Amino acid sequence: MRLLFSLLSGSVFGIGLLISGMTDTTKVQGWLDVFGAWDPTLAFVLGGAIIPMAIAWQLTKSRTTAVLGTPIPTPVDPVLDRRLIVGSALFGIGWALSGFCPGPALASLSYGGLGGLIFMAALLVGMYIEPRLSFGTPTPDAA
Amino acid sequence: MTNIPIDWLYGLGGGLMIGLAAAMFLLINGRIMGASGILGGMVDGSGRANLSERAAFVAGTIGAPALIAIFANAPSTNVTGNIAVLIIGGVVVGIGTRMANGCTSGHGVCGISRFSQRGIVATLIYLLFGGLVMLVLRHGLGVI
Repeated sequence: MRLLFSLLSGSVFGIGLLISGMTDTTKVQGWLDVFGAWDPTLAFVLGGAIIPMAIAWQLTKSRTTAVLGTPIPTPVDPVLDRRLIVGSALFGIGWALSGFCPGPALASLSYGGLGGLIFMAALLVGMYIEPRLSFGTPTPDAA
Repeated sequence: MTNIPIDWLYGLGGGLMIGLAAAMFLLINGRIMGASGILGGMVDGSGRANLSERAAFVAGTIGAPALIAIFANAPSTNVTGNIAVLIIGGVVVGIGTRMANGCTSGHGVCGISRFSQRGIVATLIYLLFGGLVMLVLRHGLGVI
């Protein structure tokens, strides 16, 4: 059951990314190109995505466990540390360079050609080496 | 309606689906839908406890668009042919998202929707640095 709904969530996520234009690297770069020919499409994507999720967070207020019994992740005290700042800056740099963030890179893996596969391989390498680079321990966002 | 570019409507519709997926994953599975967290936990071993749940999610994220690509025309990713840029971009996104504990889906969608300070700060920073890269490398140096 857990795996089925995980697969379903992943599928809706993937199709949403495809439809939204997030897997088009030129649209992503156009969105970040505030000083050039700015493309506002991603504002609609983010805005559209936040609405159902904001409702979902409201629904979690009256319950402590999810439908399948797992405890609802609860927010921890916000820590605005160096890892968050430097990590997000690095992410923004790589996102603009390639036009890919992790979700759309997965969603377009089947139809994105060799370039998408190279990006994915490099992404996985980066994810693998990060804990081994002694930048400190991860800061949780929810527990 | 005729004045609204069709891309914006696709963006909104696709965005609603992304949010629906995140809402389902939270309310049914009790998990945060962050692509970098789900994937990163599989890669570095930190997500061993729920590896199959992660793998099922990733299978859907890759597989569902793959099915669409078989039966319909998938949009082009228009990805750069510059392999060095792709490798540097990929490694930097991998390191950065693990360091910050989130990317566009985790900090952007799941974080902002609950007014998380970390989510909002992370999103502002990656947008700022993304914008700076475009300014310097596209308009300054003409590289990308």
